[in-house]
Amino acid sequence: MMRPTILNLTAAVIAAALVLASCSTDGSKPRADGEIVLEIATFGDWGYAPYIEQWEAKHPNVRVEYETAGGGDDQREKLLNFLGQGSGLACVEALEVDWLGEFKGFSDRFVDLSTPELEDRWFDWKSEMATTDDGKLIGYGTDIGPQAVAYRADLFKAAGLPSDREMVAEYLGGDNATWQRFYEVGAEFTAQSDAAWFESVQGAYTAMVNQIEYAYENEDGTRKDLAGSEIERIFRTVLEHGTGQQQSAGLAQWSSDWNASFKRNDTFAVVLAPSWMAGVIKNNAGEDFVGWDIANVFPGGGGNWGGSYLSVPVQCEYPEQAKDLAAYLTSPEVMLDLVVKSGGGTPSQVEAMSSPKLLPLTNPFFDNAPTGRIWADRAAAVKVVPFKGPNYKKVHDVIVAGLNRVDVDKSQSVDQSWAQVLADLASLN
Amino acid sequence: MTTTHNPATEPGAGASTRERRRPHRGPRRRGTAAGLDLRLSPYVYIAPFFVLLFLFGLAPMFYTAWVALHEWHPIGGQGAFVGLDNFTAVLGQDMFWKSVFNTLSIFVFTAVPQLVAAIFIAAVLDANLRAGTFWRMAVLLPYVAAPVAVAIIFSNLFGNQFGLVNNLLATVGLPQIQWTGSSTASHIAIATMVSFRWTGYNALILLAGMQAIPRDLYEAASIDGANRVRRFFSVTIPMLRPTLIFVIITATIGNLQTFDEVRIFGGAGGNGPVGGADGQWKTITLYLWEVGWRQANLGRSAAIAWLLLLLIVLIGLVNLLAARKIASENGAKR
Repeated sequence: MMRPTILNLTAAVIAAALVLASCSTDGSKPRADGEIVLEIATFGDWGYAPYIEQWEAKHPNVRVEYETAGGGDDQREKLLNFLGQGSGLACVEALEVDWLGEFKGFSDRFVDLSTPELEDRWFDWKSEMATTDDGKLIGYGTDIGPQAVAYRADLFKAAGLPSDREMVAEYLGGDNATWQRFYEVGAEFTAQSDAAWFESVQGAYTAMVNQIEYAYENEDGTRKDLAGSEIERIFRTVLEHGTGQQQSAGLAQWSSDWNASFKRNDTFAVVLAPSWMAGVIKNNAGEDFVGWDIANVFPGGGGNWGGSYLSVPVQCEYPEQAKDLAAYLTSPEVMLDLVVKSGGGTPSQVEAMSSPKLLPLTNPFFDNAPTGRIWADRAAAVKVVPFKGPNYKKVHDVIVAGLNRVDVDKSQSVDQSWAQVLADLASLN
Repeated sequence: MTTTHNPATEPGAGASTRERRRPHRGPRRRGTAAGLDLRLSPYVYIAPFFVLLFLFGLAPMFYTAWVALHEWHPIGGQGAFVGLDNFTAVLGQDMFWKSVFNTLSIFVFTAVPQLVAAIFIAAVLDANLRAGTFWRMAVLLPYVAAPVAVAIIFSNLFGNQFGLVNNLLATVGLPQIQWTGSSTASHIAIATMVSFRWTGYNALILLAGMQAIPRDLYEAASIDGANRVRRFFSVTIPMLRPTLIFVIITATIGNLQTFDEVRIFGGAGGNGPVGGADGQWKTITLYLWEVGWRQANLGRSAAIAWLLLLLIVLIGLVNLLAARKIASENGAKR
């Protein structure tokens, strides 16, 4: 036997502490009499905490637990898994517009949320996207993602481009801004600067594809043959400018490199930003970062990227309370307050969008850009509501991987990558 | 056994006291009860293990086989019976073979340096260090950390443009490496995090093996004039063979199922493609999961699971043969 020493004991204590720390603890506390626990899960923190408290105050017998883990793709996997199992989900679960269509086929797993009083709360197209053919509403709309051009005024200036937000909008084409003009200015910028023009080909591609009504699927949800399609043209256009002319920073969106790049001064000059991206840019760059601005313009005539819903799976024990909570969190008052306080996001509620509180909003991080006006204008400029059926997300993932093979990994040519996209799509099902 | 009283050789001794209080039942009856007890109780004693094995091991395995023969959606459940279509579809896909290659490649990149390092660490720990227990616990600490946490931190270190490893490479004037770009680079990055977790664990097992080596062998070798290095290669390594075989087999099985590290590496916070845009580091388990829960095709995913099982059995057999051969060589030497 070895003589136990202080060092040994310390090591044992440290090891034990690490074991304990690495075990996840179950957060459920003993329930008071008659108290029910309602879980709500969103991908990322949607800032609901204060509004959940308000709702709890009105429902003293309900305690709400807010889970904010994971990204959108994680959320989709979770739903695919636990909707099938019939248990394991929170009472209120977030849905994202890109894969909402996939779950409409399983609307029997969701509580029908349609309520006559709330019928006119959202823009028609927002609710229609979450309504099944037989009239069931599976999600209450939260926000939408109208897109504008977020840009680095300092880099623009250094490259000899206009840096004032109105002039930038005008320079990119104003109301008649086109993608061609966007890439032309990009070439002009990259000739004068060490920085790339935009952050990722994925961002540019997503913006372009969201302007197409039937991108990957036909009206009945069946998959299109993409060879020689508009999608192939966009795929090639984005890569030709992004990788070929080095207008892209060569980053994969949401990767650790991409996150870290916002802290750098000279990586890229433009993010094709939906309104919720404003918060992402600010968080990644850090509050003190100076230089970002937003121009009230978007190439190709307005675009919308993303936007979410709150749903109630039927496996929830307390569907009435869950429905009430989801309705409260998607009410115009809450959404408006959230947008006013966070400076990001755009409501999908008619009343909130026309509120006099919304238009005067400015965002100090973006050099006090009049974001209220900008997002409202950008939302109004959206002309196409893209159809996203059961196959949209799967196809989109395959194409994004193809873009990144060329632009991020630099392991394939555009032709090779597109050929593999077609092969991968063929083997999907 | 310390006692010479062996129930198995004395008929009736195993019968209960209740039986003994009723002599009128006769010896024949007592013999049967005792016999039953003798024959059955061993099975009853080991039954819990087999019940659990069946519930959590075999039953899911056969259910998976059933799923693999159908179209199967995670939510929609069982669809049409398709026979072996799922298997042929999987075997016909380049990505499947790529994932097999990736799995084996990451295994080689992990196992070889890890074993060498583990033996070295074990040899150092086997020497008379001060505060030996402290050092032994210290090498085990990485094993205690949650694999996902390790993977997240290492993924940041191996960032393509702003990772610490590339910064260090740039500082000493070496070219930066696109870690998520090529198979080889990504495999090395992943092997690093897997090794970080498992080297200490294996070192401790090898250390236990080393301490079981009779010390008189070393004394004899010293007297014969063998120096430290010679003693290590001529005494320690040959005597360590059985332990090495154990470590290699467990490492093989563990590596064939690598998931956490490859899932997190190059990841995008729960968004985007998994295992690389070209599947550069998509292992079999990651591919299985992607097909099942990203492509929503559980039937095909189940087929991959069975192919993985076959691969593990195959590699296990190779391991076993190699181990037998080594063991018999070992025996011949004694």
